[in-house]
Amino acid sequence: MGDHHHGPAKGLKRWIFATNHKDIGTMYLWFSFAMFILGGSFAMIIRAELFQPGMQLIRPEFFNQMTTMHGLIMVFGAIMPSFVGLANWMIPMMIGAPDMALPRMNNWSFWILPPAFLLLASTLFMEGGGPAFGWTFYAPLSTTYAPPSVTFFIFGVHILGLSSIMGSINIVATVWNLRAPGMTWMKMPLFVWTWFITAYLLIAVMPVLAGLVTMMLMDIHFGTSFFSAAGGGDPVLFQHIFWFFGHPEVYIIILPAFGVVSQIIPTFARKPLFGYDSMVYATASIAFLSFIVWAHHMYTVGMPVSGELFFMYATMLIAVPTGVKVFNWISTMWRGSMTFETPMLFSIGFVVLFTIGGFTGLMLSIAPSDFQYHDSYFVVAHFHYVMVAGAVFSMTAAVYYWLPKWCGRMYNETMGKTHFWISFVGFNLAFFPQHFVGLAGMPRRIPDYALQFTDFNMMSSVGAFIYGGSQILFLYNVIATIVAGQPISDEKVWEGAEGLEWTVPTPAPFHTFAVPPQVK
Amino acid sequence: MCFKAKRRLTLALSSMSALLPLTAATAWAQDSKVNAINMPVGVTEVSASIYDLHMIIFWICVIIGVLVFGVMFYSIFAHRKSKGVVPATFHESTKVEIAWTVVPFLILLAMAVPATKTLIEIYDFDDAEMDILVTGFQWKWKYEYLQEDGENLKFFSNLRTPQDEIYNEEVKGEHYLLEVDEPLVVPVDTKVRLLVTANDVIHSWWVPDLAVKKDAIPGFINETWFKSTQVGIFRGQCAELCGKEHGFMPIVVHVVSKADYVDWLATKQSEAAEIKELMAQSFTLDELAERGKGVYQRSCLACHGANGEGGVGKAIAGSLLVTGAINGHLDSVVNGVPGTAMQAFGGQLNDVDMAAVITYQRNAFGNNMGDMVQPLDIFNFKKGQ
Ligand code: HEC
Ligand SMILES: [Cu+2]
Repeated sequence: MGDHHHGPAKGLKRWIFATNHKDIGTMYLWFSFAMFILGGSFAMIIRAELFQPGMQLIRPEFFNQMTTMHGLIMVFGAIMPSFVGLANWMIPMMIGAPDMALPRMNNWSFWILPPAFLLLASTLFMEGGGPAFGWTFYAPLSTTYAPPSVTFFIFGVHILGLSSIMGSINIVATVWNLRAPGMTWMKMPLFVWTWFITAYLLIAVMPVLAGLVTMMLMDIHFGTSFFSAAGGGDPVLFQHIFWFFGHPEVYIIILPAFGVVSQIIPTFARKPLFGYDSMVYATASIAFLSFIVWAHHMYTVGMPVSGELFFMYATMLIAVPTGVKVFNWISTMWRGSMTFETPMLFSIGFVVLFTIGGFTGLMLSIAPSDFQYHDSYFVVAHFHYVMVAGAVFSMTAAVYYWLPKWCGRMYNETMGKTHFWISFVGFNLAFFPQHFVGLAGMPRRIPDYALQFTDFNMMSSVGAFIYGGSQILFLYNVIATIVAGQPISDEKVWEGAEGLEWTVPTPAPFHTFAVPPQVK
Repeated sequence: MCFKAKRRLTLALSSMSALLPLTAATAWAQDSKVNAINMPVGVTEVSASIYDLHMIIFWICVIIGVLVFGVMFYSIFAHRKSKGVVPATFHESTKVEIAWTVVPFLILLAMAVPATKTLIEIYDFDDAEMDILVTGFQWKWKYEYLQEDGENLKFFSNLRTPQDEIYNEEVKGEHYLLEVDEPLVVPVDTKVRLLVTANDVIHSWWVPDLAVKKDAIPGFINETWFKSTQVGIFRGQCAELCGKEHGFMPIVVHVVSKADYVDWLATKQSEAAEIKELMAQSFTLDELAERGKGVYQRSCLACHGANGEGGVGKAIAGSLLVTGAINGHLDSVVNGVPGTAMQAFGGQLNDVDMAAVITYQRNAFGNNMGDMVQPLDIFNFKKGQ
């Protein structure tokens, strides 16, 4: 080709000044894994305290800080950045682009993240403690009644939002402008499609979140009363704004996960994805619906019955496109020629457990029943089925799937499968019993509980420790692969893999597609 | 590999189930709620309809789940490369796509009908036979029975479980964390309307057996109602995170026969009259301190500590304010400290209890002031404001 292919800079500079999408992707992935471990250790503290009734290890005020930080760090520090990292690595390679469209902004959107989380984590050591109002930070608990550290929390959220917006603009710009010749819209891999739509969701709702925390800041420091009835405001307004951000947010988390699974299942079924077009349309409809269902998180705030009905019907509707997705994945498997390497195991685990989370979601959409489910452990079980078995399982599948391409070495399959089975058992043991205690009346976010809930909580804690512990195996397997895995050089790592990323050499060189490929 | 993995799975499962008998042996309470795995049917018509809705949607999910997972696991079993299957090449069919869009839609439509009916029933607040104002506080509930003559009966309902049980110094009682000093008492077969609000942050009033969960929002009043068809004791908890003691603000509702309710109401009203009488009396320091200790433990301990050492609240032991002029001390308790967790207790404690707790704080935890306030002083202090 005759191009001058320069390699990466040496030493620390390579990372600090990184503009290469693969380097930035790598940093995102490692950072999110570190956050996953941090948020996970908070979860371990929570489950250890809940192992038995009575206060054993920590105080209620610290317990509240742990639930809050666990949620914030997992959502904003672990899951979201991990998918941005994946997008960085894979989108250019999937659409035949040489890099992301805006490489220097890419550098910024990563590098403002670590300070933001340092700021957030440092609140735990401040006087009055860290945020203790839940990851949903409802006012006035998060304003008038918040610890002083809330101001740092607000600043942290602003930075995170900025990072997400920049990351999304970059993805949108890349997909619009840098597709290789012949890579038409309806040829784009589903992972690219889901991220493309997710990026628009992010651009739409992150400013809403920023506005919300700014209103909090004004209430706390500048004498406004957006969320205080005493000054003519309304605490429920907070919840409307929060969930107008928060509901699309959950799809922001799950849509890229759908994309990943839609790449992996066809590979190991050795059969093209069933219903590609309907997958794209279903993704778009879910994204649209996600904007008009927010108040199903607020059935008990005292909305008029017409409002309840509207949000109930709209929420039930989401089951339709979501069902289409599940049916398509299964039809892809149908009459394929399947093998069950680790990425496939995690993807099937995803389909099964995400579907269970979808079922409980459908149950939660029924407003009258939700009066019983709301703010109970049933909800906790539901969203861990979609967030952990959904987003995290799919992310884990993605790492096993593309790691050989990234580093040119094969991971240890036995260890990978062991990781899957331990995770699968641990996860279900941790979260399935939570459906029971929730239905039986255990509220969420309580540091201590009535005796009738003891056995299931004990099971749940044991399961959580197993699931948490299995991540050490994952970390070990990934490091062992990078350092000393079996070298491979096939461009196509997996027999059934399709797509541009499998046409570049293995390991993927620092620069790929300096000359755009021609897509047939 | 799969064989090995399955063995690992069963191994893990059996070691889990080995845990169960062990913990079951330590189960304390005997009633059927122990290890319950489903929503209670409850004791109202609404709770029964909600339960039915819950079971219908649950079985719909189970049936769809069995079908979908059945197909999937059959495929996983039959369509394996190791069995020499050659992959098919089909990858779309508009007909099936339409089918699996339309069929679920129709199922949902069918589901929406009973859900709408129940919801409209729940929102029918008319013809309530009595009204109770429920106010959430950090971290207790206040109940006020609204009477036509304005002589409302009101009281606070605090957690009764002792700190020693919570901190594992004592064996936990049967209704650990689900017991209060003063339950809400209502008559059976009576439509009780609750007006729900809050004093500080958002709380949520939830009793599963009554199928009532309503957010208590400061500055706004929400409506809800229930009509119990059975007498009995029903327990619930605050469902919305409301700060440090969120897990420690239970709700207990005694549903009693109509006759018992009338008796109860009469007793309560005469108690209120008694307090009124007490307010005019003078007490000795010891009498006040004795009564004040009880008030302190119920209403102040959570924030100020068992030994006045402080916590969420400032230390009472050695506090300059508490060991200073009585009026300053009174002011901070009667009016609270705005913008902090220290509430205005003037409206929460009657004058006798107020005098008692102030006197107690001035003479406990090493604060040997030797002085006291009488209920009448409190009355005059409040009037003078
Ligand atoms: C919800 C928590 C909470 C409860 C319950 C509570 N307090 Fe307080 N209290 C506080 C806080 C917080 C402060 C400190 C306010 C400030 O920053 O000045 C305080 C301050 C005080 C002070 C002033 C101490 C000083 O040195 O300035 C007194 C006196 C007091 N409380 C009495 C009481 C009494 C009597 C009760 C029970 C009837 C009670 N408190 C219940 C939170 C509480
Ligand atoms: Cu509460």
